[in-house]
Amino acid sequence: MTDLVAVEVALPGTQPEYHYSPYVSSVARSPRMPLILLPQTPTERSGPVFGHELIRKGDNDLTAQHSGEPIGERIFVHGRVLNEDGQPVRGALVEVWQANAAGRYLHKVDSHDAPLDPNFSGAGRTLTDQNGHYWFKTIKPGPYPWGNHYNAWRPAHIHFSLFGAGILSRLVTQMYFPGDPLQPLDPIFNSITDEAARRGLVSKLDMNRAEPDYALAYEWDIVLRGRTETPFEERPR
Amino acid sequence: MTTERLIPNSSQTVGPYFRIGLDYLIDRTSTDDATTLGTIAIRGRVLDRDGVAVPDAMLEFWSVPHNFRRAATDLDGNFCVMMGRPVAVRMEDGRTQSPHLLVLVFARGLLRHLISRVYFESEPGNESDPVLLGVPADRRRTLMARRDGDNSFRWDVTLQGPDETVFFAW
Repeated sequence: MTDLVAVEVALPGTQPEYHYSPYVSSVARSPRMPLILLPQTPTERSGPVFGHELIRKGDNDLTAQHSGEPIGERIFVHGRVLNEDGQPVRGALVEVWQANAAGRYLHKVDSHDAPLDPNFSGAGRTLTDQNGHYWFKTIKPGPYPWGNHYNAWRPAHIHFSLFGAGILSRLVTQMYFPGDPLQPLDPIFNSITDEAARRGLVSKLDMNRAEPDYALAYEWDIVLRGRTETPFEERPR
Repeated sequence: MTTERLIPNSSQTVGPYFRIGLDYLIDRTSTDDATTLGTIAIRGRVLDRDGVAVPDAMLEFWSVPHNFRRAATDLDGNFCVMMGRPVAVRMEDGRTQSPHLLVLVFARGLLRHLISRVYFESEPGNESDPVLLGVPADRRRTLMARRDGDNSFRWDVTLQGPDETVFFAW
């Protein structure tokens, strides 16, 4: 493989190790054999493109998907999706899902004894605009207990899934809220050993985008793998 | 103009509840009749270290030029996906890659998704595929989908253990 350029691997500490024993579920599900260097080929340099047909009006407003308003603290969550050169990623598909204000997911596996909210499903999606900007209106999710260890509680978070330019820029992650005292106790959050990278998972309170007498706003910019370069073109075979 | 290179955001696990937000894009095409010209079905199972089914895995399959599908495992760890038959891919240096799919594996317990590839057994180009040649010979079989019908293949994912699937660094 020496004659092909391999996919660049992440800087140490900025991405979690697959095996991180404080997160118990990782133990039996993480590979232990050496990972193989992957050459950059047209397969790795390209990726799916999603269009507006996937998005319905209101898909980015999680408070307006039912007949009534959900219970909880109404918030805006917004930010920019950028590549490693700081350039906006336009038309990036951003998918989110989350627990409700009581810390309960609308999912059959979630057995937490907290109420479901008939007015909250907790899912949304959008495409970034010409400036790489995305925007959601939702309810601040509650923390919830989980079975990782005795008295384990997840800090409040919103799950994010993103597609950028090329399949290698694919990212699934979680956005956290500033000042949450559960963060230092959470093995999933702390699987990122680099402090600056960990901070990068925490949104900022954004009073400029808060709406007086209505809702607070949180800003969270997301950097996806990938540089600004000539787009992939299929070559004749 | 010089700009500082930004560090990509860290990954976090997809968790057990991803279907809330990601289900809408999961392929529901019946794989019983993958007879449409140029379409194949891939069925398989995702297993952990102990051979236990992983009932909450999501897999995404990609090949050039525009071939993408998202699948998820059921309670028994089974997934099935139907998609366009991948073609050989010419590289910039003139060499050719055998038909293959890039696969991303997400699950509770995976803090970061895994990247693998699926090749198809008895494709003549496999012998000279430059990516396969970079995989230790005794592990290449973990990347081979076995034919079990005209347009139907079987490919299992083992996350850990002696039969561990080959995963790539990224």
